[in-house]
Amino acid sequence: MWKLLQIELFKISKRPRTYIAFVAVAAIVFIFQFAFKADGQSYMDLMLQSVKDTFTFDRVQAINGYFMCYIILNTLLIQVPILIALIAADSISGEANMGTLRLLISKPISRTQIILVKFAAATIFTIFLLLWMAITALFLSLFIFGAGDMLVFRSKGDESQILLITRDDIMWRYSAAFAYATVALTVIAALSLLLSIFAENSIGPIIATVCIVIVCTIISNINVPIIDKNVKPYLFTSYLVGWKGFFYIGTDMDGKTIKGSLENWPAIRKSLLILIAHIFILITASVVVFKKKDILS
Amino acid sequence: MALIIEVNHLSKKFSDTYAVNDLSFTVNEGDIYGFLGQNGAGKSTTIRMLLTLIKPTSGEINLFEKKLSAHRSEILKQVGAVIEKPDLYKYLSAYDNLSIFAKMSGIKVSQKLLMQQLQMVGLEERAKDNVRTFSQGMKQRLGIAVALVHNPALIILDEPTNGLDPQGIADMRNLILRLSRELGKTILISSHLLSEIELIANRMIIIHKGNKMVEGNVAALLDPAHTLIEIDTLDNAGAKQLLLQSKWALFIQKKIQLQLMMNKTEVPQLIIDLVAMGVQLLSVNSSHSLENYFLSLTTQSGHVEAFAN
Repeated sequence: MWKLLQIELFKISKRPRTYIAFVAVAAIVFIFQFAFKADGQSYMDLMLQSVKDTFTFDRVQAINGYFMCYIILNTLLIQVPILIALIAADSISGEANMGTLRLLISKPISRTQIILVKFAAATIFTIFLLLWMAITALFLSLFIFGAGDMLVFRSKGDESQILLITRDDIMWRYSAAFAYATVALTVIAALSLLLSIFAENSIGPIIATVCIVIVCTIISNINVPIIDKNVKPYLFTSYLVGWKGFFYIGTDMDGKTIKGSLENWPAIRKSLLILIAHIFILITASVVVFKKKDILS
Repeated sequence: MALIIEVNHLSKKFSDTYAVNDLSFTVNEGDIYGFLGQNGAGKSTTIRMLLTLIKPTSGEINLFEKKLSAHRSEILKQVGAVIEKPDLYKYLSAYDNLSIFAKMSGIKVSQKLLMQQLQMVGLEERAKDNVRTFSQGMKQRLGIAVALVHNPALIILDEPTNGLDPQGIADMRNLILRLSRELGKTILISSHLLSEIELIANRMIIIHKGNKMVEGNVAALLDPAHTLIEIDTLDNAGAKQLLLQSKWALFIQKKIQLQLMMNKTEVPQLIIDLVAMGVQLLSVNSSHSLENYFLSLTTQSGHVEAFAN
């Protein structure tokens, strides 16, 4: 298996399309950093408008590396599934399109091994992409904007909340958030892999993955009780942004934030378990379908 | 002699159509086995079932005297194949492709061995070049190298000369003969050209619409005793009546045209007798009956009785 995984990673590393995702992430991050460096004050004024009379804060200090990373992740983690699909949806369909699938299947490797190795490679790609995001969005932002306490703007029902996390309480939250995002995005990789089995070129599964993510995200954002109760709990998109939970710091009876705490760890844990269940179901389905498939390409 | 391939009552049904229907054949150790049929006859479907790309609807496949479905990995380690087009990773070099497929076959190969394989197919100079820059012939040769890199005992080649120029076809033929004679490999080669199979195979099968039509030793099937003679005269009906009353009656085929199946060596005597009977000959053409039979399958215009099941 290890040898097969090495081969798979070697193939991925040699494909130009692999690097599109890394370039796209870097481009978006640099645009954000440039915009905030040039005119971040206006953004901060807008966000703090409602509390300007009751809340005093050094607005220049508020735009620091930690804050920048949070803003960037808020935007990027919605778009990244498309970049994941670029690679994962190509896993089987790309081989079918090139004609190498029949050669692959005629080797002494089981079809289950092929699916598991493809999935592992897509997961590793996801981890590398998130590491790249961490380097560009977090560490580069810290280098450009410096470190400081972090403001988190949050909508909770009809209310808006501003949370303050002290600088010595942030890094572990980012580590946990990136780990959560890896699991969430691995669901996308698993979905793309499953769809990839049905196609003989990668365009179809990429588009199908993106469509499913968009439709499910829209449904996840519809606030109708019947959907809240019967549909949303089963949609993986309801849990994709669960990483934010690591920045919702717990408060005491007086409303003061408690260092190192989380507002709702059980909810985060439940979300993680549901995402892992999705991965398990999608990969099991991939193995079952692929084992039965006649390779006619 | 060991049985390398044993196919028993193999069938594959797609929707309502049988691509392969109750097919049985055997390939012995050291055979170059020709798998002949027109396009769509079921050759590739059978080969895909031999390589586990497709699951049979019914029937059994044994390779190396072991059941394929039960010993898949163990068996496939001993099989090398080029299936239809030799599609490889275009964005990788010839060397990388070879290296990857060698590792997938479960063997450790040295750089020296890989280069030797490339040298054998005349690609050592292009080892580091991406496959996307290769001609069809070069891809075909690299495909052969990939099929051979793990030193398999059985080589399956599906239409290996497709898209090759005459020199490429000759090179491929020589390579196949060398693999058989010098290295003792068992080779199953599919083709839609009888002339190609005739030159290299020692045993062959013809399939049509998924059914076996003929199987046997190539030398026997192409025996001059099975020469088809077509005669054209000014009065074919009259000539046929005369022949029916002569010793040649036994050889006449039940056809409207005047056809006889006989040994090629007897043709001069037939011509002498026809002239003696006063038949006004326009032409006498001889061709091998198997070739005619195969052509008749290709053109869908009936078939020669000698080989009909």
